[in-house]
Parts: sequence; structure tokens; C-alpha cells
Amino acid sequence: MATKFVIEGLKAQIEGKEILKGINLEMNGGEIHAIMGPNGTGKSTLASALMGHPKYEVTEGTVTLNGEDVLDMGVDERALAGMFLAMQYPSEIAGVTNSDFLRSAINARRGEGNEISLIKFIRQMESSMKGLEMNPEFAHRYLNEGFSGGEKKRNEILQMMMLDPKLVILDEIDSGLDIDALRIVANGVNEMKHEDRGFLIITHYQRLLNYITPDFVHVMMQGRIVKSGGPELAARLEQDGYDWIKEELGITDETVGQEQEA
Amino acid sequence: MTLQTILPVQAAQINEWAEARGEAAWLTERRLQALELAASLELPKPEKTKLDRWNLSDYGTFKAAVPVSSQSALPAAAQDLIEEGTQNLIVQHNSGVVFTSLSEELSAKGVIFTDLETAAREHEVLVKKYLGTAVKPSEHQVSALHHAAWNGGVFLYVPKNVELEVPLQAVFLSDDASASFAPHILVVADTNSRVTYVDNYVSAGLNGKVLHNGAVEVIALDGAKVQYATVHQFGKEVTDVSYRRALLSNDADIEWIVGEMNDGDTVADTATTLNGRGTHSDAKIIAIGSGAQKLNFTTRAVHFGKSSESDMFTRAVMREEAQAIINGITKIEHGATKANGQQTEKVLMLSPAARGDANPILLIDEDDVMAGHAASVGKVNPEQIYYLMSRGISKTDAERLIIYGFLAPIIAEIPLELLRTRLQRIVERKLGQ
Ligand SMILES: Nc1ncnc2c1ncn2[C@@H]1O[C@H](COP(=O)(O)OP(=O)(O)O)[C@@H](O)[C@H]1O
Ligand SMILES: [Mg+2]
Repeated sequence: MATKFVIEGLKAQIEGKEILKGINLEMNGGEIHAIMGPNGTGKSTLASALMGHPKYEVTEGTVTLNGEDVLDMGVDERALAGMFLAMQYPSEIAGVTNSDFLRSAINARRGEGNEISLIKFIRQMESSMKGLEMNPEFAHRYLNEGFSGGEKKRNEILQMMMLDPKLVILDEIDSGLDIDALRIVANGVNEMKHEDRGFLIITHYQRLLNYITPDFVHVMMQGRIVKSGGPELAARLEQDGYDWIKEELGITDETVGQEQEA
Repeated sequence: MTLQTILPVQAAQINEWAEARGEAAWLTERRLQALELAASLELPKPEKTKLDRWNLSDYGTFKAAVPVSSQSALPAAAQDLIEEGTQNLIVQHNSGVVFTSLSEELSAKGVIFTDLETAAREHEVLVKKYLGTAVKPSEHQVSALHHAAWNGGVFLYVPKNVELEVPLQAVFLSDDASASFAPHILVVADTNSRVTYVDNYVSAGLNGKVLHNGAVEVIALDGAKVQYATVHQFGKEVTDVSYRRALLSNDADIEWIVGEMNDGDTVADTATTLNGRGTHSDAKIIAIGSGAQKLNFTTRAVHFGKSSESDMFTRAVMREEAQAIINGITKIEHGATKANGQQTEKVLMLSPAARGDANPILLIDEDDVMAGHAASVGKVNPEQIYYLMSRGISKTDAERLIIYGFLAPIIAEIPLELLRTRLQRIVERKLGQ
């Protein structure tokens, strides 16, 4: 079945502060959507709310993946349904090796009695790591512990490649990457392009989009998508920044959740 | 007014047991002296725990052990902890050692590995010299009673310059609640020798309460290196009181690796006295508390030697209603210049009814030293759970991975593979999985 991901009227709050103020977005398999916007406009909140982070409370709206109600699922169920979020700030977990973690994640999909053989797993992991130009020793390092910012991002992409999701959300996957790493990460994403897979790429820089061409570009401000367009919108943002959109829409402060308490 | 202490062990019993074992007179004499001392000593006072109301009287009675001729004739609970064909092995079953083996190679090098009762007869000079020097009878009532009542045990002597690659192993099994069970381990590593010793304390099918009053003494002479790994996995019928002490001469080195996996109440005190210069002590402890266990774990390093170094590292997981006090005591004496003592205690709390106090104590009487401590008590981090779950891992498995990860760095240090996998199994059981 072709992947279809639909967000309708999504509102979410954290610690009683409403951050998402009604997000609408429809994505199909094979499409790459970019969500752009300055810092503090609610992009990561959107990603976290979609994945089910316990701190973010959805107050209104619906999210469906191939007709299934995502908001009704636990975090792990969302992942098993095909969602994947490459996080802006991945957790570090001491004592759990990268490979043990990944194998648990793969086996969670395959179910009891159908676990991946160790040798097959190792082969897959080695070849994916090679593609991402990761040192093989990272397989045995503790999960993200002591990884540099760039190493963490590569490790997120490694997980994406091995878990074969249907809907990929990349939150600031380009931050902290030098040009080489950016190219490697972008290659990883491009290799994963597939007619059954949708990508939602969150970034506040345009530069990642030089390597990954989006089909749709959305601009987020004040917890809403305020403008949508094609790749040309990203090019315009690269050239002119965000001010012209703010002017057009009469926005002075584009951030959300920073309002002075009364 | 002072009350006459009523001791759980009587002189008549000591004499009777000694006779049954055919013990040397000097040893029985020492036991009786220790018993006399016990009457005048108080109970130990581990930090923040009062032992007055603990049940510390189930010494049982000495029952002669029946030796077995092969590893395969050992009780299943012991066999489970031993790799087939293990060469250097001592097994104590209740009140005495029932199996001893030492490879010809080691014995040709002059290594002595036998139960302590036999050693007291056959290696009197060595045993006389070192027994009771690290865990002294005069310390408190429990150590005095131990010296009066110990049985079976291990004597390991590694001669000068002998370096052993393979670990020597011992298993202590209690499965008869009426039998006394008080092994004493004495390790003497002579000048520039090197040895790894691993043991397990286990109970099975007990029909009543047992007190394990155990003592471990490690004497590391100049330049000796000792690695000592021990896993305690007594059932809830056993109250475990274990004192482990190492004395280090110049440039000697001890590494303690301790798994506290009992289901019953436990007091354990693992201490190194760094007498010599350039000595090094490293203690790694993992502990899991479950049920209604009361636990008090102390690691201790006492520095006398110049440029002596100690590291202590405890990780504990507390679930259900377990109550644990976790003490780290670094003491640097005056004159121990350039000493360095570091300690870390980390406690992971899995239930609101559990208690885990990390209690770091630094006692420094010298200016020219380094010392540091870090202690933390916390719950499983919900961000970490979320991260793992976002990859499809269930909440239960995510917690399991994180808890294992918390303990993994110490489990990885256990020097025998079989014991590592067994320990993993015990960890699973203790965590209710
Ligand atoms: N963990 C949090 N705790 C409190 N407020 C938060 C938290 N995360 C986000 N917010 C609020 O949401 C706003 C938007 O943040 P975020 O979604 O991270 O923006 P972006 O990813 O676009 O930079 C922030 O300005 C802040 O007010
Ligand atoms: Mg963000």
C-alpha cells in the first residue's frame, strides 16, 4: 500500500503552554517535504508530538499513517507502524552498545521466534556503517555516549537505514555537520528514497536542501505552517531570509511559547 | 550496669567441633580466645544501619562434610557455577569443603590451594602468620565470632614471582539450615606474584534461616597483584554478613569485583588498607536489591602509603521495598603524601517504596593528596526510555536495556565467562524478568 501520512488541525502543548496551534499537512510515499523556519517556531515540537514524546500533550487534531490513528499509539507502536524520528538531540545511553540496541530494535519489528541471525545483522550493520563512513568501532561503543554532534547525526541515519521506516522525520539532521559529513548524511537519505517512503525534513538552514531536493517546502512560524510552496520557496529563503514572509503576514515575533507571562 | 552478652556460639561447641575436625591445638586455642573477646565486643556499626534488631544468631551446628571424588558428584546448585573440567577448584558444602583440585602445573610452581582447615595443619607457619591480620577478631563481635566459628574456607598461597594466568575458583553452598556455614578465605600473594581468584556464595532449598558470617583476607606482599571477584547469590533465608579486607605492601595491587545479588538481608564491607607506597586498590561493586531486603554496603580505602591510589565504584539498583545504604569511605592518613582516592556511588531507583542512600565519606588527614567523590541517586531517565521506544523497543525492554547498561561496565569485568553469563541470569531474576 502506498504510504499516506495526514496531519489535521494538530495542536499540542508543553507544560501547559500551547506550542502547536493547528498544523495541517498531507504527505504521500515518495515525497520529500521540508519544514523550514527560524529557531523557536515549534518545529521540534511538531516532530516530538508526532513521535509521541511524553512531555508533549496533543490537545486537538488527528494524525494518521495509512489510515491508522497514530495519536492512539504508544511511542513504540508508532515506530513499529513505520515512523522514524532522527532527533535533534539523541539520548546517550551508557552500558548499551550501539549494536545491541540496534539488534533489539530490529528484533522488535521481527517479533519473537523470528529474530535476525547475528551474522546477518553484523553484515547489515557493517555495510550501512561503511556507507556512512563510520568507524566500525562505533558498533561496540555505548549508544551515543561521548559521540560528537556529527557522530550522533550519522548514528541517527544509520538507525534509519537499518530500520527501513515508511515515514522519516529528520529534525535538524544537518546541524553540527561539516560539509563532508553533510554530503554523507544526504547521500544516506537519498539512497533511502523510495516510492513507499515519505520524508519530513526539518531544518532552519537551506544548505541541506542543496543535497536533498524537496518536493514541497513549508515555512513554520508561531506554531503554524504559514507558507507552503515548491523547491523555489527554499531558494528564495536562502537568498532573502525570513523577513519578507514576516512582513507579508504581519508577524513581528515568529517564535512561539516565549510570550511574557502576565 | 552492664549486661552479660549471651553469645550464639558456646565454648563447648567450639571444642566439640574442633575435636570432630581433628584440629590443631593452636587453632582451637585461637578460636576460644576469639570467643572470649566476642563477649566483650559490640556489634559492628555500619553507617546508618543498626544491627541490634537483625537476626544474627543462626550459626547452626557443625556437621562434618562428606567429600566427593569428582566434579560431577557435586550438588547441582554448585555444578551450575562451574565449567566442566575446571582444574583449580574448591567447593564447600555447608560446614566443610567437599572437593578440592589443583592442577599439577600450579602445584609444581609451589601454589597452595586448599581448604583453610587443612592448611592450618599442613602449612601452619603461613596460616599462623597471616590468619586474622586483615580481618581481626578484635574488630567487633561479629568478626570475633567468625574467628571462633569459621569452617571450611580457602587458603591460597602464591609463591614469589609466580604469575598465574588462569583464575582459581571456589564455590560455597549452603543447603542445610541446621549446618553452620562460615567459610574463611585467606589469600597470600607473595612478592611480585600475580593471581586471579573467583568465588560464588549460593544457597539452595533451605528449610530454615542461616547466618553466613564470612570473612575474606587478602595479603598482597611487595609488588603482588591480586584480582578478587566474588558473587553472592544467597536466597532470602540467608542473612549475609561479609567482611573483606586486603592489606597491601609496597607497590601491591588489588582489584575487587563484587556482585551483591542476595535475596536476604546483607551487610558487606569491602576494604583495602594501602600500607605500602605506590599501592593501588580498585573496587567495583554491583548490587541489586529487591523484595523487602535490608542492605548495607560499604567500600573503604585506607591510605597509609605515599603515592597510593584507590578507586571505588558502586552501582546499585533498588526495586520493590528494598532498603539500601551505600557507603564509600576514603581515608587518607597523615603522611600518605601524593595519595589519590576517588569514589563514585550510583543508585538507580525503580520503585517509590525502595530506598537507596549513597553516602560518600572523605576523611583526609594529609594536605598533599587528591581525593574526590561523586554520588547520585536517580530514576530511569524518561528521555532515554522515549529514545529507545521511538525505535520500536517496548517500554519493558527499554527499561531492561537501560538497567543492564547501568550494570554492564562491572559485569564485563568478571574474569570467568561462565560466571558472567550466570551473573546476567541472576540479574534478570533479581529484576523480576
Ligand atoms: N522541553 C521544553 N520545555 C519547555 N518549553 C519547551 C520545550 N520544548 C519546546 N518548548 C517551547 O516551545 C518553543 C518551540 O520550541 P521548538 O519546538 O524546539 O522550536 P524549533 O525546533 O522550531 O526551534 C520554545 O520556544 C519553547 O518555548
Ligand atoms: Mg528544533
